[in-house]
Parts: sequence; C-alpha cells; structure tokens
Amino acid sequence: MNIVVCIKQVPETTDVKINPETNTLIREGVASVVNPFDMYALEQGLRLRDAYGGKVTVLTMGPPQAEVALKSCVELGADEIYLVSDRAFAGSDTWATGITLAAAIRKLGDVDVVLCGKQAIDGDTAQVGPGIAEFMEWNFVGYVSKVTGFADGAIQLERASDYGHDVLECPTPAVLTVLKEIGEPRMPSLKGKMKAKKAQAVMLTAAELGLDGADIGLAGSPTVVSKIFSPPKRDGEAEMLTGEPEDIAAKLHSRLKEALII
Amino acid sequence: MSGLKVDTDTCIGCMACLSACPFNALESADVNGEEKVQVNSACTVCGACVDVCPVEALSIEKSSDRPVHATPDMASYAGVWVFAEQRRGKVCSVALELLGEGRKLADKLGEELCAVLFGSDIKGQADDLLYYGVDKVYLIEDPILEHFQGRPYSKAMEALVRKYKPSIVLTGATAVGRNFIPRVAARLRTGLTADCTGLDIEDGTRMLLQTRPAFGGNIMATIRCQHYRPQMATVRHKVMKEAVRRDTANGQVIVETLPEDARDPRVKLVEVIDAMESTINIVDADIIVSGGRGLGDAKNFSYIEELAQALGGAVGASRAAVDADWYAYSHQVGQTGKTVCPKLYVAVGISGAVQHLAGMSSSETIIAINKDPEAPIFDVADYGIVGDWKEIVPAMIKKFWQR
Repeated sequence: MNIVVCIKQVPETTDVKINPETNTLIREGVASVVNPFDMYALEQGLRLRDAYGGKVTVLTMGPPQAEVALKSCVELGADEIYLVSDRAFAGSDTWATGITLAAAIRKLGDVDVVLCGKQAIDGDTAQVGPGIAEFMEWNFVGYVSKVTGFADGAIQLERASDYGHDVLECPTPAVLTVLKEIGEPRMPSLKGKMKAKKAQAVMLTAAELGLDGADIGLAGSPTVVSKIFSPPKRDGEAEMLTGEPEDIAAKLHSRLKEALII
Repeated sequence: MSGLKVDTDTCIGCMACLSACPFNALESADVNGEEKVQVNSACTVCGACVDVCPVEALSIEKSSDRPVHATPDMASYAGVWVFAEQRRGKVCSVALELLGEGRKLADKLGEELCAVLFGSDIKGQADDLLYYGVDKVYLIEDPILEHFQGRPYSKAMEALVRKYKPSIVLTGATAVGRNFIPRVAARLRTGLTADCTGLDIEDGTRMLLQTRPAFGGNIMATIRCQHYRPQMATVRHKVMKEAVRRDTANGQVIVETLPEDARDPRVKLVEVIDAMESTINIVDADIIVSGGRGLGDAKNFSYIEELAQALGGAVGASRAAVDADWYAYSHQVGQTGKTVCPKLYVAVGISGAVQHLAGMSSSETIIAINKDPEAPIFDVADYGIVGDWKEIVPAMIKKFWQR
C-alpha cells in the first residue's frame, strides 16, 4: 500500500498575542514543529505500511526550512520525503493549498491512500484534506477515529460524529483525515534517527508540478485576510469568593439564580 | 503580482518584523552583502508585519485586477443560504442558530433567506422550518440522504448552488458540515472560511465579513471572499442566537430531486452508532463541570459527575486529566478536544493552559476553583474560589441539590 502523509510545519506554540498599544503581533518562541495532529496521520500511515506493506511518503508545502519537519518524520519511520516549495505559493489559502498538494500527489503517482491530520493548530481550518480529495477526485472520509482493516481494496474505518461514530468502508484511492483517537504516535528509533541525518527531501516547484500561476498562491486563493486583531477581552475581573465552603456555595447559588442560569 | 513586498532599498535589516510574523514567513537574507528581510512561501499576506517596520519597508500590494478564474456574472448571485443539518430526521439546533444569523444578513442585503434540507421522508421538518423566518426551503428527499454521506451530500449541494446561485452559504462547523462543505467549495472554486464566530455585511461593498479565531483563539482574523461566489463559511455551534419560532409560516418549500451523479456514495456506510451516554456531546450542554489535574485521581471524577448532575449539566475534562486516563477523550475541552460555549462552565482543579482556555473562554459564566491563586483560569473566570476543591465541591453539591 503506497501511502502519502501530508504534514504542515507550524509554530511550536499557539501563544500568539496582539500588543494592544501597537496593535502588532507578539509571538513567543519561534521554533517550528510538525503540526501535532499530523503526527497521528503519520502514525496511521506507518501502521498501515507495517500491516500491509508498501511505503510511506511524507509531503509538505512550505519554505525550504520545512525540510526539518520532514526529516523528523523520517526519524519515526517515513520512507521518502517531498517538499513543495516555491515563492509562488505565498498567500495560499486552503483552496490553493489543496490544488497544489493534489498536483504533487499526482506527480508521485501510484498512491493508494493520502492521510492528513484533522486540522493544523495555526489555521484550524480542517479544509485542506477534503480539498485534496476533490482535486484528485478520490473518495474522502474526514474525522477518522479508527482504522480497523483493509480488504478487497477498501479501508474499514470509523468516523467520529457529534453523537457517536459511523462505520464505513472506503475504497482506495482515498484521502482520510484522522483524529487523535487513532492512537499515540510512536517515538523515534535509533535507526530512524540515523536515516534522518542522511535524508534529503525531494524539492518540487510550481513549474515542476505544471501548475498554472492563476491557480496558486495569492492569485489562486479565493479568500483573503482583511484584518487581524485581539479577541475581545472578558469584562472585568473575577469576583473572588471567600469564606466557609457552605457560604461560598450559597453565594454561588444566589449569583446563578440571579443570572437565570439555574 | 500582488502580495507582501519588501523594499530592499529602505529595509535596514533590523529584523523587527520576524517576531511579528505568526507564520515564520520572514527571514534574514544576504542581498548584495547587506542583511535584509526576505519573504518566504509561508506568507499568508495577513499584514501583521507591516505596522512593525520602523522604516515602512514592508507593504501589501493589492492587485486591483480581477483574478483570471474569478466567478463570472457575480451580480447574478443573491440570497443567503443555510444548510439545515438533520440528525435522525430532526433539524439540529445549529441550523436554527444559522437561520437566526442568516436572517440578519439577508435583511441587511435586502435578499432572501433560504434553508437547504436533505433527508429521507422529512417533508414535515421542511414545513416546520417555514416558521423560523425562512423565505424558501430547498428540499431533497431520498433514502440515500437519510444519514450523512459525504458524496451524496456534497454533490447535491453543489448542484443546488449551481442552479440557484446564492450569494452566501452558511453551514454549521459540525462533524458533518466540516466533512462535506469543503468539498463543495473546492468544486465550485470559491472561498470557504472555517469555524466563524462572527459574520457581518460590509457597508458599501455588500461583502460578507467572516471573523474567526486562529492560533487556538489567541488572535482573530476577518476574512473576505471578494471575487468568488458564493461566499461560504462554516459557523461555530453555540455562538449565534437561535431563530425564534413564529406563530405563522411564511415562504414555500421547493422540492428538488437528487442529481443522478450523487446517488453512488462510493464510501459504504455500514452502520451509524449513537454513543450510549447522553452526556457525551458536551458541545450541546448548557452547563459543564470540568475536572483537571488538580483532582489528583481518576476516582475523584465522581465528585465532578455529582456536581454536574446537581446542576443538570455535562462532564468535561482537561487534557491533563484525559492524558492521565482519568476520563474519556470525548469529554476533553480545549484546543485538541472540543470547543464549548455553555451558559455555565465550572472548572475544578484546572490551571487554565492557553489550549484549555481556547476551548471554553467564550462560555457565558465561568466559575474557577483552584488552589493556586496565580492560576491563569482566574483571568477568564467570573467567580473565583482559591482553595481545596475537596471542601468546596461537596458543599456546592449539597446546595445545588436543594434548589
């Protein structure tokens, strides 16, 4: 089974704030990591390979520095790494990112399954995975919580719903986005670390992917960020309640009654 | 080409902009022997860096040209559509929230508000939607639409949009909505903004302003979709006010048929399983009592459960408590769990890591109980109690059972 795992390199922390005086962003810590949700996609990919053979190729779109993120996937057992990188991709929204990654997957050829994390922790959109599926015209299942098997060309899986889960059989080729529930990612192995040292990502540019400039980057992105700002602050400070536990409970009770909450 | 531009003649190489960029998209580069800033492909053109530059070397060039693939005949798109998600034949509350918000947008534009309903044997629910201020309900009934299936739903929605050309399409940011609507947007070649918490119509341009949290709720971004239609958004559950049911029904139900190419689901739906516990979908709960690391032990969640029962609420848990296997992941509140917005959120033994706050800080009223007076949870709380939960929670259980 040939598996492609799409990852995104994201800032290690989401602790980004806006300086209220200058209205500019303040970000602490500039280290980048593999998007935590994508680690579950990689884990699922490695499990499928270990069970059914084939290889795991990890793919990302990003600046040249994103190769570091790809190499960390080799430490965990990825076989091949590809970096789609071109300044022409700057300003890509989820639509343009989807069409770009789909072009890269087509270029890889002979792929059975594409796995993505549920969403990235910086953008939180959860839209690139389903976008890739549409541009490939492949089957898609989002929010996969469990992969139970693979038989007769179909992956048996469970998809989380807001009320429980659905049991599905998804014929390949397919794109899946996975949740944390699929299982804890493995730790890097010594062998993997050795391999990662020597690993080099195959670079792919917009021209090599045969992409039309009007489809990618800012020009190909239907959505545009028009403003960023701080979330509205909660009003005032907390009222601190003190006294005996019974008094505190009584105070809370009357406050919640007044507010018509209970 | 438009985008973020660096005027290398002006740039003094101070690198002040590097830390202002949330996406690591700016880097130092050697330009003819001088250190200058350079933009890489991670740039989303958000503009965060522009105001930081002391010498105004950064600018965003906006192309006034229409993109090559912009939607033709933009002016022919009109009307606000709401996808009315149903579960087991009943319209979900998130759809009523979207209808409440959709009505405001439609009135501001002077256009129609329409609901789109897919299901099997569900005409009664379509008729009922007419009591919620809807001008039209587009209804497709087919056995294949009884339960959510990605391909039939997305193909059916795509066909309706192509036929009727709405200007705005809103869908709940639910498991169903976030599964199928991105596929519709990809096929229609239009913009989709995920998980919005605010919507408005811009004066003058009449464009939809879509506001959403990013970076786990630490910053907000307003997104526009200028050259493509429809303007599509998924909207977070429990943020908008539900439409009020009126005494009289207005409008009409328009019956459509499922397009042929939507009939084959390709992915086989074997079984739909509802979780046994009624409390499992904490997203719908009006009151949530959550426990964290401060509880010290899995068995202490029994106190949390009892307080939740006394208040008539559901049980939540912090990531620390879930990672320690004290409580099931389906109850996890926070960035890697669920985002909740109940009327009352009680945090017991939860310090309030930013990832937790991202999932609950928009709750109407927050009560925090923690032994550490410096815990960040108190920054978002309305009522704070510094002390031992083992004394306070039992007293609360006793008092709230009495009501």
